[in-house]
Amino acid sequence: MTITFLILAALTIAGMAAAMGLRNLIHCVLALTLGFVGLASLYLHLGAEFAGFVQILVYIGGVAILAVFAIMTTQSAEPVAHRRSAPFWLAGTLVAAGVFSVLAWAITRSGAHGRGLPPSPQIAAEQVGFALMRAYVLPLELMGLLLTVALIGAVVVATPGKKGEL
Amino acid sequence: MSHAQMLDQIFVIVKHWLLAYVPAGWQPLASAVLSVVPVLIVFPLLFAITTVLERKGLARQQNRYGPNRVGPWGILQPIADGVKSLTKEDIVPRSADHMVHLLAPLLLVTAAFLGYAVIPIGRNMVISDMNGGVLFFFAISSLVELAVFMAGWSSRSKYSLFGAMRAIAQMISYEVPLVLAAIVVVMAAGTLSTVSIVNAQAGYTGIWPHWFVFTPWGFTGFALFMIAATAESNRSPFDLPEGESEIIAGYYIEYSGFKFALFFLGEYLGMMATSAMAITLFLGGWAAPFSFLGWVPSYFWFFAKLLALICGFIWIRGTLPRLRMDQLMNFSWKFILPMTLLNVIAAGAWHFMPGGVWRWVVCSALIAGPFIVLGRATSWQGKGVAVRKYRYAE
Repeated sequence: MTITFLILAALTIAGMAAAMGLRNLIHCVLALTLGFVGLASLYLHLGAEFAGFVQILVYIGGVAILAVFAIMTTQSAEPVAHRRSAPFWLAGTLVAAGVFSVLAWAITRSGAHGRGLPPSPQIAAEQVGFALMRAYVLPLELMGLLLTVALIGAVVVATPGKKGEL
Repeated sequence: MSHAQMLDQIFVIVKHWLLAYVPAGWQPLASAVLSVVPVLIVFPLLFAITTVLERKGLARQQNRYGPNRVGPWGILQPIADGVKSLTKEDIVPRSADHMVHLLAPLLLVTAAFLGYAVIPIGRNMVISDMNGGVLFFFAISSLVELAVFMAGWSSRSKYSLFGAMRAIAQMISYEVPLVLAAIVVVMAAGTLSTVSIVNAQAGYTGIWPHWFVFTPWGFTGFALFMIAATAESNRSPFDLPEGESEIIAGYYIEYSGFKFALFFLGEYLGMMATSAMAITLFLGGWAAPFSFLGWVPSYFWFFAKLLALICGFIWIRGTLPRLRMDQLMNFSWKFILPMTLLNVIAAGAWHFMPGGVWRWVVCSALIAGPFIVLGRATSWQGKGVAVRKYRYAE
Protein backbone atom coordinates (compact mmCIF):
# COMPACT_ATOMS: atom_id res chain seq x y z
CA MET A 1 0.00 0.00 0.00
CA THR A 2 1.93 2.99 -1.23
CA ILE A 3 1.40 6.62 -0.38
CA THR A 4 0.06 7.25 -3.93
CA PHE A 5 -2.63 4.67 -3.38
CA LEU A 6 -3.62 6.24 -0.07
CA ILE A 7 -3.90 9.72 -1.59
CA LEU A 8 -5.97 8.46 -4.53
CA ALA A 9 -8.20 6.37 -2.29
CA ALA A 10 -8.79 9.35 0.01
CA LEU A 11 -9.63 11.50 -3.02
CA THR A 12 -12.11 8.94 -4.33
CA ILE A 13 -13.81 8.44 -0.98
CA ALA A 14 -13.96 12.18 -0.29
CA GLY A 15 -15.53 12.81 -3.70
CA MET A 16 -18.11 10.07 -3.33
CA ALA A 17 -18.97 11.08 0.26
CA ALA A 18 -19.38 14.71 -0.80
CA ALA A 19 -21.61 13.57 -3.66
CA MET A 20 -23.96 12.04 -1.11
CA GLY A 21 -23.70 14.78 1.49
CA LEU A 22 -23.85 18.08 -0.37
CA ARG A 23 -27.13 19.96 -0.70
CA ASN A 24 -26.79 21.56 -4.09
CA LEU A 25 -27.43 19.01 -6.84
CA ILE A 26 -24.84 20.50 -9.19
CA HIS A 27 -22.25 20.38 -6.42
CA CYS A 28 -23.14 16.73 -5.94
CA VAL A 29 -22.49 16.00 -9.61
CA LEU A 30 -19.16 17.83 -9.51
CA ALA A 31 -18.14 15.92 -6.38
CA LEU A 32 -19.18 12.68 -8.09
CA THR A 33 -16.92 13.65 -11.00
CA LEU A 34 -14.05 14.06 -8.55
CA GLY A 35 -14.79 10.54 -7.31
CA PHE A 36 -14.73 9.25 -10.91
CA VAL A 37 -11.37 10.93 -11.48
CA GLY A 38 -10.03 9.30 -8.32
CA LEU A 39 -11.32 5.91 -9.49
CA ALA A 40 -9.74 6.37 -12.92
CA SER A 41 -6.44 7.34 -11.26
CA LEU A 42 -6.65 4.16 -9.16
CA TYR A 43 -7.02 2.11 -12.35
CA LEU A 44 -4.00 3.88 -13.82
CA HIS A 45 -2.10 3.30 -10.59
CA LEU A 46 -2.79 -0.43 -10.94
CA GLY A 47 -1.45 -0.36 -14.50
CA ALA A 48 -4.84 -0.75 -16.19
CA GLU A 49 -4.29 2.07 -18.66
CA PHE A 50 -7.19 1.22 -20.96
CA ALA A 51 -9.75 0.88 -18.15
CA GLY A 52 -8.58 4.16 -16.63
CA PHE A 53 -8.93 6.17 -19.82
CA VAL A 54 -12.27 4.61 -20.67
CA GLN A 55 -13.44 5.42 -17.14
CA ILE A 56 -12.64 9.11 -17.79
CA LEU A 57 -14.09 9.06 -21.29
CA VAL A 58 -17.36 7.38 -20.35
CA TYR A 59 -18.02 8.55 -16.81
CA ILE A 60 -16.84 12.15 -17.07
CA GLY A 61 -17.37 12.83 -20.76
CA GLY A 62 -20.66 10.93 -20.78
CA VAL A 63 -22.33 10.26 -17.46
CA ALA A 64 -21.40 13.47 -15.62
CA ILE A 65 -22.27 15.69 -18.58
CA LEU A 66 -25.57 13.85 -19.05
CA ALA A 67 -26.43 14.29 -15.37
CA VAL A 68 -25.59 17.98 -15.55
CA PHE A 69 -27.70 18.39 -18.67
CA ALA A 70 -30.64 16.57 -17.12
CA ILE A 71 -30.50 18.74 -14.01
CA MET A 72 -30.22 21.95 -16.01
CA THR A 73 -33.15 21.15 -18.28
CA THR A 74 -35.53 19.72 -15.71
CA GLN A 75 -35.28 21.90 -12.63
CA SER A 76 -33.87 25.12 -11.37
CA ALA A 77 -30.31 25.02 -10.18
CA GLU A 78 -31.17 26.65 -6.89
CA PRO A 79 -30.39 24.49 -3.88
CA VAL A 80 -33.45 22.69 -2.62
CA ALA A 81 -34.30 23.34 1.00
CA HIS A 82 -35.17 20.00 2.51
CA ARG A 83 -34.45 18.10 5.66
CA ARG A 84 -30.87 17.12 5.94
CA SER A 85 -31.48 13.44 6.63
CA ALA A 86 -34.22 11.37 5.12
CA PRO A 87 -36.45 9.55 7.64
CA PHE A 88 -35.13 6.20 6.47
CA TRP A 89 -31.59 6.75 7.64
CA LEU A 90 -31.76 3.95 10.19
CA ALA A 91 -33.04 1.40 7.66
CA GLY A 92 -30.52 2.66 5.11
CA THR A 93 -27.64 2.27 7.53
CA LEU A 94 -28.79 -1.25 8.42
CA VAL A 95 -29.05 -2.29 4.76
CA ALA A 96 -25.63 -0.81 3.98
CA ALA A 97 -24.05 -2.53 6.97
CA GLY A 98 -25.71 -5.81 5.98
CA VAL A 99 -24.46 -5.64 2.39
CA PHE A 100 -20.99 -4.75 3.59
CA SER A 101 -20.83 -7.60 6.08
CA VAL A 102 -22.07 -10.16 3.53
CA LEU A 103 -19.48 -8.99 0.99
CA ALA A 104 -16.72 -8.95 3.59
CA TRP A 105 -17.70 -12.43 4.73
CA ALA A 106 -17.73 -13.72 1.15
CA ILE A 107 -14.33 -12.23 0.42
CA THR A 108 -12.68 -13.60 3.56
CA ARG A 109 -14.15 -17.06 2.89
CA SER A 110 -13.33 -17.16 -0.82
CA GLY A 111 -9.65 -17.94 -0.35
CA ALA A 112 -8.56 -15.03 -2.47
CA HIS A 113 -7.79 -13.24 0.75
CA GLY A 114 -4.38 -14.00 2.18
CA ARG A 115 -3.18 -15.71 -0.98
CA GLY A 116 -1.32 -12.56 -1.90
CA LEU A 117 -1.79 -10.53 -5.02
CA PRO A 118 -0.96 -12.17 -8.34
CA PRO A 119 1.50 -10.23 -10.51
CA SER A 120 -0.61 -7.61 -12.26
CA PRO A 121 -0.90 -8.49 -15.95
CA GLN A 122 -0.05 -5.78 -18.47
CA ILE A 123 -3.14 -5.49 -20.62
CA ALA A 124 -2.53 -3.39 -23.70
CA ALA A 125 -5.38 -1.75 -25.57
CA GLU A 126 -4.55 -4.07 -28.46
CA GLN A 127 -5.41 -7.16 -26.41
CA VAL A 128 -8.71 -5.62 -25.32
CA GLY A 129 -9.50 -5.01 -28.99
CA PHE A 130 -8.64 -8.57 -29.99
CA ALA A 131 -10.75 -9.96 -27.16
CA LEU A 132 -13.74 -7.81 -28.13
CA MET A 133 -13.47 -8.62 -31.82
CA ARG A 134 -12.82 -12.36 -31.50
CA ALA A 135 -14.00 -14.10 -28.33
CA TYR A 136 -16.67 -11.60 -27.32
CA VAL A 137 -17.84 -10.38 -30.71
CA LEU A 138 -21.45 -11.56 -30.21
CA PRO A 139 -22.01 -9.71 -26.90
CA LEU A 140 -20.38 -6.64 -28.45
CA GLU A 141 -22.72 -6.72 -31.43
CA LEU A 142 -25.72 -7.26 -29.16
CA MET A 143 -24.71 -4.24 -27.10
CA GLY A 144 -24.41 -2.24 -30.32
CA LEU A 145 -27.91 -3.34 -31.35
CA LEU A 146 -29.29 -2.42 -27.93
CA LEU A 147 -27.73 1.03 -28.11
CA THR A 148 -29.07 1.54 -31.63
CA VAL A 149 -32.56 0.67 -30.44
CA ALA A 150 -32.16 3.13 -27.56
CA LEU A 151 -30.95 5.80 -29.98
CA ILE A 152 -33.91 5.30 -32.31
CA GLY A 153 -36.23 5.36 -29.32
CA ALA A 154 -34.75 8.65 -28.19
CA VAL A 155 -35.24 10.13 -31.66
CA VAL A 156 -38.86 8.94 -31.73
CA VAL A 157 -39.51 10.47 -28.30
CA ALA A 158 -37.85 13.73 -29.28
CA THR A 159 -39.56 14.12 -32.67
CA PRO A 160 -42.31 16.75 -32.42
CA GLY A 161 -45.77 15.41 -33.16
CA LYS A 162 -48.26 16.78 -35.69
CA LYS A 163 -49.95 20.12 -35.21
CA GLY A 164 -52.15 20.18 -32.18
CA GLU A 165 -50.10 17.69 -30.28
CA LEU A 166 -47.33 18.92 -28.08
CA MET B 1 26.75 11.94 -34.44
CA SER B 2 26.63 14.48 -37.25
CA HIS B 3 25.94 18.16 -36.73
CA ALA B 4 22.41 17.86 -38.12
CA GLN B 5 21.59 15.03 -35.71
CA MET B 6 23.19 16.99 -32.89
CA LEU B 7 20.98 19.99 -33.63
CA ASP B 8 17.95 17.73 -33.92
CA GLN B 9 18.57 16.15 -30.51
CA ILE B 10 19.92 19.28 -28.79
CA PHE B 11 17.09 19.47 -26.24
CA VAL B 12 17.30 15.76 -25.44
CA ILE B 13 21.08 16.04 -24.98
CA VAL B 14 20.72 19.09 -22.73
CA LYS B 15 18.11 17.30 -20.65
CA HIS B 16 20.32 14.26 -20.10
CA TRP B 17 23.29 16.51 -19.31
CA LEU B 18 21.22 18.32 -16.67
CA LEU B 19 19.85 15.05 -15.30
CA ALA B 20 23.39 13.79 -14.62
CA TYR B 21 23.74 16.47 -11.91
CA VAL B 22 20.67 15.24 -10.02
CA PRO B 23 21.01 12.50 -7.37
CA ALA B 24 19.73 9.14 -8.63
CA GLY B 25 16.73 9.03 -6.30
CA TRP B 26 15.39 12.30 -7.63
CA GLN B 27 15.99 11.58 -11.29
CA PRO B 28 12.45 10.40 -12.24
CA LEU B 29 11.00 13.57 -10.73
CA ALA B 30 13.65 15.81 -12.29
CA SER B 31 13.15 14.13 -15.65
CA ALA B 32 9.42 14.81 -15.48
CA VAL B 33 9.98 18.45 -14.51
CA LEU B 34 12.54 18.95 -17.28
CA SER B 35 10.07 17.54 -19.81
CA VAL B 36 6.98 19.38 -18.61
CA VAL B 37 8.33 22.86 -17.91
CA PRO B 38 9.42 23.60 -21.52
CA VAL B 39 5.93 22.68 -22.72
CA LEU B 40 4.42 24.98 -20.08
CA ILE B 41 6.60 27.80 -21.39
CA VAL B 42 6.63 27.22 -25.14
CA PHE B 43 2.91 26.80 -25.76
CA PRO B 44 1.75 29.90 -23.85
CA LEU B 45 4.42 31.81 -25.81
CA LEU B 46 2.99 30.36 -28.98
CA PHE B 47 -0.42 31.48 -27.72
CA ALA B 48 0.91 35.03 -27.44
CA ILE B 49 2.26 34.87 -30.98
CA THR B 50 -1.03 33.42 -32.18
CA THR B 51 -3.11 36.24 -30.68
CA VAL B 52 -1.11 38.91 -32.47
CA LEU B 53 -1.05 36.83 -35.67
CA GLU B 54 -4.81 36.39 -35.47
CA ARG B 55 -5.53 40.06 -34.83
CA LYS B 56 -3.22 41.15 -37.62
CA GLY B 57 -4.50 38.47 -39.98
CA LEU B 58 -8.16 39.23 -39.34
CA ALA B 59 -7.48 42.95 -39.70
CA ARG B 60 -5.79 42.32 -43.04
CA GLN B 61 -8.81 40.38 -44.28
CA GLN B 62 -11.19 43.06 -43.04
CA ASN B 63 -9.20 45.86 -44.66
CA ARG B 64 -7.98 47.58 -41.48
CA TYR B 65 -4.69 47.89 -39.65
CA GLY B 66 -5.13 45.83 -36.51
CA PRO B 67 -2.89 46.43 -33.48
CA ASN B 68 -0.06 48.76 -34.49
CA ARG B 69 0.87 50.78 -31.40
CA VAL B 70 2.95 48.51 -29.14
CA GLY B 71 6.38 47.82 -30.54
CA PRO B 72 7.25 47.69 -34.25
CA TRP B 73 4.13 46.81 -36.28
CA GLY B 74 2.33 46.10 -33.00
CA ILE B 75 4.09 42.77 -32.44
CA LEU B 76 4.55 43.46 -28.72
CA GLN B 77 0.78 43.70 -28.27
CA PRO B 78 0.54 40.41 -26.27
CA ILE B 79 2.75 41.93 -23.53
CA ALA B 80 0.41 44.89 -23.21
CA ASP B 81 -2.57 42.50 -23.18
CA GLY B 82 -0.95 40.43 -20.44
CA VAL B 83 -0.16 43.44 -18.25
CA LYS B 84 -3.68 44.73 -18.77
CA SER B 85 -5.38 41.48 -17.79
CA LEU B 86 -3.12 41.10 -14.75
CA THR B 87 -3.83 44.58 -13.42
CA LYS B 88 -7.58 44.60 -14.00
CA GLU B 89 -10.00 44.15 -11.16
CA ASP B 90 -11.24 40.62 -10.67
CA ILE B 91 -15.01 40.92 -10.44
CA VAL B 92 -17.12 38.02 -9.21
CA PRO B 93 -20.92 38.42 -9.37
CA ARG B 94 -22.50 38.57 -5.91
CA SER B 95 -24.85 35.66 -6.56
CA ALA B 96 -22.18 33.52 -8.20
CA ASP B 97 -21.06 30.23 -6.78
CA HIS B 98 -17.62 31.48 -5.74
CA MET B 99 -15.82 28.16 -5.43
CA VAL B 100 -16.99 26.72 -8.75
CA HIS B 101 -16.52 30.12 -10.38
CA LEU B 102 -12.87 30.06 -9.32
CA LEU B 103 -12.25 26.42 -10.23
CA ALA B 104 -13.67 26.55 -13.77
CA PRO B 105 -10.85 28.48 -15.51
CA LEU B 106 -8.22 26.47 -13.61
CA LEU B 107 -9.77 23.17 -14.71
CA LEU B 108 -10.03 24.40 -18.29
CA VAL B 109 -6.34 25.37 -18.51
CA THR B 110 -5.24 22.19 -16.71
CA ALA B 111 -7.25 20.01 -19.09
CA ALA B 112 -5.89 21.93 -22.08
CA PHE B 113 -2.30 21.43 -20.90
CA LEU B 114 -2.78 17.73 -20.09
CA GLY B 115 -3.41 16.99 -23.76
CA TYR B 116 0.17 17.96 -24.63
CA ALA B 117 1.46 15.02 -22.57
CA VAL B 118 1.13 12.67 -25.53
CA ILE B 119 2.04 14.99 -28.40
CA PRO B 120 5.40 14.13 -30.00
CA ILE B 121 7.00 17.53 -30.58
CA GLY B 122 10.15 16.16 -32.18
CA ARG B 123 12.21 13.03 -32.56
CA ASN B 124 12.47 11.51 -29.03
CA MET B 125 10.63 14.55 -27.71
CA VAL B 126 7.39 13.49 -26.06
CA ILE B 127 6.48 13.86 -22.40
CA SER B 128 4.88 10.45 -22.09
CA ASP B 129 4.73 7.76 -24.77
CA MET B 130 1.63 6.04 -23.47
CA ASN B 131 0.30 2.79 -24.81
CA GLY B 132 -3.11 4.42 -25.25
CA GLY B 133 -1.99 7.96 -26.05
CA VAL B 134 -4.77 8.79 -28.51
CA LEU B 135 -7.36 7.49 -26.07
CA PHE B 136 -5.82 9.61 -23.30
CA PHE B 137 -6.01 12.70 -25.49
CA PHE B 138 -9.72 12.30 -26.20
CA ALA B 139 -10.49 11.33 -22.60
CA ILE B 140 -8.82 14.48 -21.30
CA SER B 141 -10.65 16.70 -23.77
CA SER B 142 -13.92 15.67 -22.16
CA LEU B 143 -12.79 17.54 -19.04
CA VAL B 144 -13.03 20.76 -21.04
CA GLU B 145 -16.78 20.29 -21.35
CA LEU B 146 -17.08 20.03 -17.61
CA ALA B 147 -15.04 23.21 -17.11
CA VAL B 148 -17.26 25.04 -19.60
CA PHE B 149 -20.35 23.91 -17.76
CA MET B 150 -18.89 24.95 -14.41
CA ALA B 151 -18.13 28.42 -15.76
CA GLY B 152 -21.55 28.87 -17.30
CA TRP B 153 -23.53 27.57 -14.37
CA SER B 154 -21.59 29.16 -11.51
CA SER B 155 -21.87 32.70 -12.95
CA ARG B 156 -25.66 32.75 -12.37
CA SER B 157 -26.19 34.70 -15.56
CA LYS B 158 -28.63 33.81 -18.32
CA TYR B 159 -26.12 34.62 -21.01
CA SER B 160 -23.42 32.43 -19.55
CA LEU B 161 -25.86 29.56 -18.98
CA PHE B 162 -27.06 29.79 -22.58
CA GLY B 163 -23.47 29.88 -23.73
CA ALA B 164 -22.62 26.81 -21.67
CA MET B 165 -25.66 24.91 -22.97
CA ARG B 166 -24.73 25.73 -26.54
CA ALA B 167 -21.08 24.89 -25.98
CA ILE B 168 -21.79 21.51 -24.38
CA ALA B 169 -24.38 20.54 -27.01
CA GLN B 170 -21.91 21.47 -29.73
CA MET B 171 -18.95 19.72 -28.13
CA ILE B 172 -20.92 16.50 -27.59
CA SER B 173 -22.16 16.56 -31.19
CA TYR B 174 -18.72 17.09 -32.68
CA GLU B 175 -16.75 14.86 -30.35
CA VAL B 176 -18.21 11.77 -32.03
CA PRO B 177 -17.01 12.71 -35.56
CA LEU B 178 -13.69 13.91 -34.11
CA VAL B 179 -12.97 10.50 -32.62
CA LEU B 180 -14.37 8.59 -35.61
CA ALA B 181 -12.19 10.63 -37.98
CA ALA B 182 -9.15 9.73 -35.90
CA ILE B 183 -10.05 6.02 -35.81
CA VAL B 184 -8.99 5.43 -39.43
CA VAL B 185 -5.42 6.29 -38.46
CA VAL B 186 -5.54 3.93 -35.49
CA MET B 187 -6.82 1.24 -37.88
CA ALA B 188 -4.02 1.84 -40.36
CA ALA B 189 -1.20 2.16 -37.83
CA GLY B 190 -2.55 -0.60 -35.59
CA THR B 191 -1.64 1.28 -32.42
CA LEU B 192 -2.99 3.91 -30.04
CA SER B 193 0.45 5.26 -29.17
CA THR B 194 1.15 8.65 -30.75
CA VAL B 195 4.87 7.94 -31.18
CA SER B 196 4.15 4.69 -33.03
CA ILE B 197 1.63 6.49 -35.24
CA VAL B 198 4.30 9.02 -36.24
CA ASN B 199 6.77 6.18 -36.89
CA ALA B 200 4.17 4.40 -39.03
CA GLN B 201 4.21 7.41 -41.37
CA ALA B 202 8.01 7.50 -41.68
CA GLY B 203 9.80 6.89 -44.98
CA TYR B 204 9.63 8.41 -48.43
CA THR B 205 8.78 7.29 -51.96
CA GLY B 206 11.09 9.33 -54.13
CA ILE B 207 10.88 12.67 -52.37
CA TRP B 208 7.27 12.24 -51.20
CA PRO B 209 6.50 11.24 -47.60
CA HIS B 210 4.16 8.42 -46.54
CA TRP B 211 1.80 10.59 -44.54
CA PHE B 212 -1.71 9.31 -44.01
CA VAL B 213 -3.13 12.50 -45.48
CA PHE B 214 -1.92 11.34 -48.91
CA THR B 215 -4.45 8.49 -49.09
CA PRO B 216 -8.16 8.88 -49.95
CA TRP B 217 -9.33 7.95 -46.44
CA GLY B 218 -6.54 9.95 -44.83
CA PHE B 219 -7.39 13.09 -46.72
CA THR B 220 -11.08 12.73 -45.90
CA GLY B 221 -10.25 11.94 -42.31
CA PHE B 222 -8.02 14.99 -42.05
CA ALA B 223 -10.69 17.29 -43.51
CA LEU B 224 -13.39 15.89 -41.21
CA PHE B 225 -11.05 16.01 -38.23
CA MET B 226 -10.24 19.66 -38.84
CA ILE B 227 -13.93 20.58 -39.24
CA ALA B 228 -14.76 18.79 -36.00
CA ALA B 229 -11.73 20.39 -34.32
CA THR B 230 -12.95 23.85 -35.33
CA ALA B 231 -16.30 23.12 -33.74
CA GLU B 232 -14.69 21.51 -30.71
CA SER B 233 -12.59 24.62 -30.04
CA ASN B 234 -15.63 26.92 -30.51
CA ARG B 235 -14.10 28.84 -33.37
CA SER B 236 -15.80 30.58 -36.25
CA PRO B 237 -17.89 29.46 -38.15
CA PHE B 238 -18.90 27.30 -35.15
CA ASP B 239 -18.57 30.06 -32.54
CA LEU B 240 -22.20 30.00 -31.39
CA PRO B 241 -21.27 29.40 -27.73
CA GLU B 242 -19.66 32.81 -27.69
CA GLY B 243 -21.51 34.51 -30.53
CA GLU B 244 -20.73 38.12 -29.72
CA SER B 245 -23.82 39.48 -31.41
CA GLU B 246 -26.17 37.15 -29.53
CA ILE B 247 -24.86 36.25 -26.10
CA ILE B 248 -21.82 38.53 -25.87
CA ALA B 249 -19.09 36.18 -24.65
CA GLY B 250 -21.07 33.07 -23.78
CA TYR B 251 -20.04 31.02 -20.81
CA TYR B 252 -17.21 33.29 -19.66
CA ILE B 253 -19.08 36.57 -19.81
CA GLU B 254 -18.95 37.02 -16.02
CA TYR B 255 -15.19 36.64 -15.85
CA SER B 256 -12.81 39.54 -15.78
CA GLY B 257 -9.14 40.23 -15.39
CA PHE B 258 -6.79 37.29 -15.34
CA LYS B 259 -9.52 34.66 -15.15
CA PHE B 260 -10.80 35.92 -18.49
CA ALA B 261 -7.27 35.66 -19.85
CA LEU B 262 -7.11 32.08 -18.55
CA PHE B 263 -10.22 31.20 -20.55
CA PHE B 264 -8.65 32.75 -23.59
CA LEU B 265 -5.45 30.80 -22.97
CA GLY B 266 -7.35 27.56 -22.42
CA GLU B 267 -9.29 27.98 -25.63
CA TYR B 268 -6.19 28.62 -27.74
CA LEU B 269 -4.29 25.83 -26.01
CA GLY B 270 -7.14 23.49 -26.85
CA MET B 271 -7.10 24.60 -30.47
CA MET B 272 -3.34 24.10 -30.71
CA ALA B 273 -3.52 20.71 -28.97
CA THR B 274 -6.15 19.47 -31.44
CA SER B 275 -4.08 20.82 -34.33
CA ALA B 276 -1.02 19.07 -32.91
CA MET B 277 -3.07 15.87 -32.74
CA ALA B 278 -4.09 16.34 -36.38
CA ILE B 279 -0.41 16.77 -37.28
CA THR B 280 0.49 13.61 -35.38
CA LEU B 281 -2.33 11.58 -36.89
CA PHE B 282 -2.36 12.74 -40.50
CA LEU B 283 0.60 15.00 -41.30
CA GLY B 284 3.45 12.75 -40.23
CA GLY B 285 4.16 14.43 -36.89
CA TRP B 286 7.64 15.95 -36.82
CA ALA B 287 8.73 14.43 -40.15
CA ALA B 288 10.05 16.64 -42.94
CA PRO B 289 7.68 17.15 -45.90
CA PHE B 290 10.35 16.14 -48.46
CA SER B 291 13.11 13.58 -48.17
CA PHE B 292 15.85 16.11 -48.99
CA LEU B 293 14.80 18.35 -46.07
CA GLY B 294 15.60 15.71 -43.46
CA TRP B 295 18.54 17.72 -42.11
CA VAL B 296 16.25 20.42 -40.66
CA PRO B 297 15.52 19.71 -36.95
CA SER B 298 12.35 17.72 -36.34
CA TYR B 299 10.83 20.19 -33.85
CA PHE B 300 11.07 22.92 -36.50
CA TRP B 301 8.77 20.93 -38.76
CA PHE B 302 6.32 20.29 -35.96
CA PHE B 303 5.97 23.98 -35.13
CA ALA B 304 5.93 24.97 -38.82
CA LYS B 305 3.00 22.62 -39.41
CA LEU B 306 1.29 23.88 -36.26
CA LEU B 307 1.59 27.51 -37.35
CA ALA B 308 0.34 26.59 -40.82
CA LEU B 309 -2.77 24.96 -39.34
CA ILE B 310 -3.32 27.97 -37.03
CA CYS B 311 -3.11 30.28 -40.05
CA GLY B 312 -5.73 28.07 -41.69
CA PHE B 313 -7.98 28.55 -38.65
CA ILE B 314 -7.52 32.34 -38.83
CA TRP B 315 -8.23 32.36 -42.56
CA ILE B 316 -11.46 30.41 -42.05
CA ARG B 317 -12.48 32.70 -39.21
CA GLY B 318 -12.10 35.72 -41.45
CA THR B 319 -13.97 34.08 -44.32
CA LEU B 320 -17.03 32.19 -43.16
CA PRO B 321 -20.14 33.57 -41.40
CA ARG B 322 -21.49 31.94 -38.27
CA LEU B 323 -23.84 28.97 -38.55
CA ARG B 324 -27.29 28.83 -37.00
CA MET B 325 -27.88 26.27 -34.23
CA ASP B 326 -30.04 23.97 -36.39
CA GLN B 327 -27.56 24.18 -39.26
CA LEU B 328 -24.79 23.28 -36.85
CA MET B 329 -26.62 20.19 -35.60
CA ASN B 330 -27.79 19.08 -39.05
CA PHE B 331 -24.28 19.46 -40.41
CA SER B 332 -22.85 17.33 -37.64
CA TRP B 333 -25.40 14.53 -37.46
CA LYS B 334 -26.56 14.29 -41.07
CA PHE B 335 -23.37 14.99 -42.96
CA ILE B 336 -20.15 14.76 -40.92
CA LEU B 337 -21.11 11.68 -38.92
CA PRO B 338 -22.18 9.53 -41.94
CA MET B 339 -19.07 10.65 -43.79
CA THR B 340 -16.79 9.57 -40.94
CA LEU B 341 -18.50 6.16 -40.81
CA LEU B 342 -18.09 5.73 -44.58
CA ASN B 343 -14.49 6.79 -44.21
CA VAL B 344 -13.94 3.96 -41.74
CA ILE B 345 -15.30 1.53 -44.34
CA ALA B 346 -13.05 3.05 -47.01
CA ALA B 347 -10.03 2.67 -44.73
CA GLY B 348 -10.97 -0.98 -44.21
CA ALA B 349 -11.22 -1.52 -47.97
CA TRP B 350 -7.82 0.16 -48.41
CA HIS B 351 -6.31 -2.21 -45.86
CA PHE B 352 -7.61 -5.40 -47.45
CA MET B 353 -7.20 -4.56 -51.15
CA PRO B 354 -3.87 -5.22 -52.89
CA GLY B 355 -1.83 -2.10 -53.64
CA GLY B 356 -2.22 -0.46 -57.02
CA VAL B 357 -4.45 1.83 -59.00
CA TRP B 358 -7.67 -0.08 -58.20
CA ARG B 359 -7.27 0.52 -54.51
CA TRP B 360 -7.22 4.24 -55.16
CA VAL B 361 -10.22 4.08 -57.49
CA VAL B 362 -12.39 1.99 -55.16
CA CYS B 363 -11.57 3.98 -52.01
CA SER B 364 -12.04 7.33 -53.71
CA ALA B 365 -15.37 6.18 -55.13
CA LEU B 366 -16.45 4.91 -51.71
CA ILE B 367 -15.93 8.41 -50.33
CA ALA B 368 -16.74 10.69 -53.27
CA GLY B 369 -20.05 8.99 -54.22
CA PRO B 370 -21.71 9.31 -50.79
CA PHE B 371 -20.17 12.77 -50.44
CA ILE B 372 -22.06 14.01 -53.50
CA VAL B 373 -25.29 12.17 -52.61
CA LEU B 374 -25.24 13.35 -48.99
CA GLY B 375 -24.35 16.87 -50.03
CA ARG B 376 -27.31 16.99 -52.43
CA ALA B 377 -29.69 15.44 -49.92
CA THR B 378 -28.83 17.78 -47.07
CA SER B 379 -28.56 20.91 -49.18
CA TRP B 380 -31.49 23.34 -49.18
CA GLN B 381 -31.10 24.21 -52.84
CA GLY B 382 -33.99 23.29 -55.12
CA LYS B 383 -36.30 22.48 -52.24
CA GLY B 384 -38.29 25.68 -52.24
CA VAL B 385 -36.72 27.40 -49.28
CA ALA B 386 -39.41 28.82 -47.02
CA VAL B 387 -39.17 31.39 -44.29
CA ARG B 388 -38.03 29.68 -41.16
CA LYS B 389 -40.76 29.31 -38.58
CA TYR B 390 -39.84 30.07 -35.00
CA ARG B 391 -42.00 27.83 -32.88
CA TYR B 392 -41.96 29.93 -29.75
CA ALA B 393 -43.41 32.93 -31.60
CA GLU B 394 -46.45 31.16 -33.03
